[in-house]
Amino acid sequence: MSLASYGKPASPAVVAVDALGPFAGVAVLVLLMHFVIGPAVGPYYAKILVDIAISIVLAVSLNVVNGFTGQFSIGHAAFMAVGGYTAAAITYFGTVKIWGGLPLVHADPQGWGLFVVGTVAGALVAGLFGLFVGLPSLRLRGDYLALVTLGFGEIVRVLLMQTGSIPDPKVIAEAPLYTLPLKLGGSLGFGGVPTYTNLFWAWLWAGLTLVIVYRLKASTHGRAFLSVREDEIAAEAMGIPTTSVKVRAFVLSAALAGIAGALFAHELGTTLNPKELGFQKSFEVVIMVVLGGMGSLSGAVLAAAVLTVLPEVLREFSEYRMIVYALILILVMLVRPQGLFGIHEVWELPVVRRLLGGRGPK
Amino acid sequence: MTKLLQASMDGVAVGSLYALIALGYTMVYGILKFINFAHSDVFMLGAWFSFAICGFLGYTTADHPVYAALVALIGSMAMCGALGFTIERLAYRPLRGAPRINVLITAIGVSLLLENVGQLNSNKFLAEYGIKFPFGTRPTSVPLLLPDQPLLSFALDSAHPNTLVNVLPVDVLVIGVAFTLMALLQYLVFGTSLGRAMRAVSYDAKTASLMGIDVDRVVSITFVIGSALAAAAGFLYGQKLQSLRQSADGLWVLLGLKAFVAAVVGGVGNVRGAMAGGLMIGLVEQFGAAYLSTNLRDLYVFSLLIVVLLFKPEGLLGKAVVEKV
Repeated sequence: MSLASYGKPASPAVVAVDALGPFAGVAVLVLLMHFVIGPAVGPYYAKILVDIAISIVLAVSLNVVNGFTGQFSIGHAAFMAVGGYTAAAITYFGTVKIWGGLPLVHADPQGWGLFVVGTVAGALVAGLFGLFVGLPSLRLRGDYLALVTLGFGEIVRVLLMQTGSIPDPKVIAEAPLYTLPLKLGGSLGFGGVPTYTNLFWAWLWAGLTLVIVYRLKASTHGRAFLSVREDEIAAEAMGIPTTSVKVRAFVLSAALAGIAGALFAHELGTTLNPKELGFQKSFEVVIMVVLGGMGSLSGAVLAAAVLTVLPEVLREFSEYRMIVYALILILVMLVRPQGLFGIHEVWELPVVRRLLGGRGPK
Repeated sequence: MTKLLQASMDGVAVGSLYALIALGYTMVYGILKFINFAHSDVFMLGAWFSFAICGFLGYTTADHPVYAALVALIGSMAMCGALGFTIERLAYRPLRGAPRINVLITAIGVSLLLENVGQLNSNKFLAEYGIKFPFGTRPTSVPLLLPDQPLLSFALDSAHPNTLVNVLPVDVLVIGVAFTLMALLQYLVFGTSLGRAMRAVSYDAKTASLMGIDVDRVVSITFVIGSALAAAAGFLYGQKLQSLRQSADGLWVLLGLKAFVAAVVGGVGNVRGAMAGGLMIGLVEQFGAAYLSTNLRDLYVFSLLIVVLLFKPEGLLGKAVVEKV
């Protein structure tokens, strides 16, 4: 795709466009979403668009592990929960500590700084947990990771269930900071989190995730990831530290899932609840990745969008949803094991390239 | 002392259930090298099948013939054996030789399918056609097929004559059936020619097939045996808890997962390891529940897994295998 990669030395202008272009694209997308599309479609569809953005972050981040490095994680929701609870704790307790009183239920620009801090902290903590989980299991063969991530998801869920109920604002204001992480609402969930997530923030993080992961795929590091997936032994023989590569992919993936969790926690109409973030949620993300194609970002985006919209459209058939998902999963594996798009992006498929007049990238 | 004895007895009873389930995981892993995620759902269906058999034969109260338990046990084992055979034939055999991750995803798909079909019992659309599942999200009480008076009841501590250690017939049933089945399996794997074929396929499937072993047949038999053992565990689980529920929070998957942890702890692919691992997991869980906190019992099991993976990834009884390039 890169303009600067065809032989001739690139002019600084081309390099700058190459480097900054995607970010400008994200900015345009975010502003469009926030100021044009959001007001035009109304709150119901705006919420679906936010859901789609969160699903995109989840699916694309899981794709780094399941798609690029060919490992298999099925505890993605746990990292989402870690990030979500971290961010929610920061915005909720932070608001009480800084401004006093109950956190406002609706978004207000005063707290946006705190929200950004919370999201970044959520990503960091989730990444740290990723390191903690990944180090022991990624030394072993792939399917142990599946097992350990699933077990880790359960541990996170059990521990969150054990936390105490959220104290009154007055108590929070006086309580020492280290006692607060033990009071995250337990099995009832973390209620009353301020609803900062809107189209702006959701699509900003979705856009950034896409740029980061897309660039990663084309970079040296990304090629190392892909080589582990293709043949671990050959990769090792070429001097790629496979365990370290796998752990890096896993930590990045966990951190991005943490961002998705932070967005989910601050969304209007969702409750941050240990039950919501169990392995059913993890499986949903796995299905998005498998369906879109393992390693294909545009595939993951498409699958995330479709699988988020579909339950809304087929509300009457919600009982059958998981059954249909399960059948799709089995059928895709039997008929097209690499997923719909495989490792390719949508615009790299022969059909699409022909439609574009044969000018598609190599 | 009373607590200690009670916890060890519960631990052995629960542990032998884990061991029965773990055997199915470990045999499949030993031969096909993938985690059969659908195994926990076969275990779940085993429990429901035995429940359905009891209902069908009219065993509802506590007084029924002695052979009732045996009928329910063998019936559900046969049904789950057939189910395991079908799953392997339809979902896994077409993927023989495919990358391991694909088989794993398929297994998750099969697991999701079985689990969610079980949530349909209150479905109006199906009820119109007269289709009713024996299982569902509502808690259902299982008829106890044995008398519920304790066989043995004694006080250990003379200072507290009221804190009794109770040995219930159910516990004896659970431990007895589990150990009998494990002994049978031990004989099957290490004492018959079929067992030799299974071990050969597990060691090297290609060479085994060159030696005239029908690999597909061995795999099918493995699935049938593993599923039947899971069904036995399901029946015993129902008898021990006396209440079954097909909940959406993945209770069964969690139980199955702990059983797989048992297989890994014992050394995956190792039949004796699965038995030892199952007992160990059961004891860790029950002692943790008795002495620390009941709410955190899942935590102990998965922490044990992580510790074992860190220090002895091949499991307690497993052999470290150097990967050949």
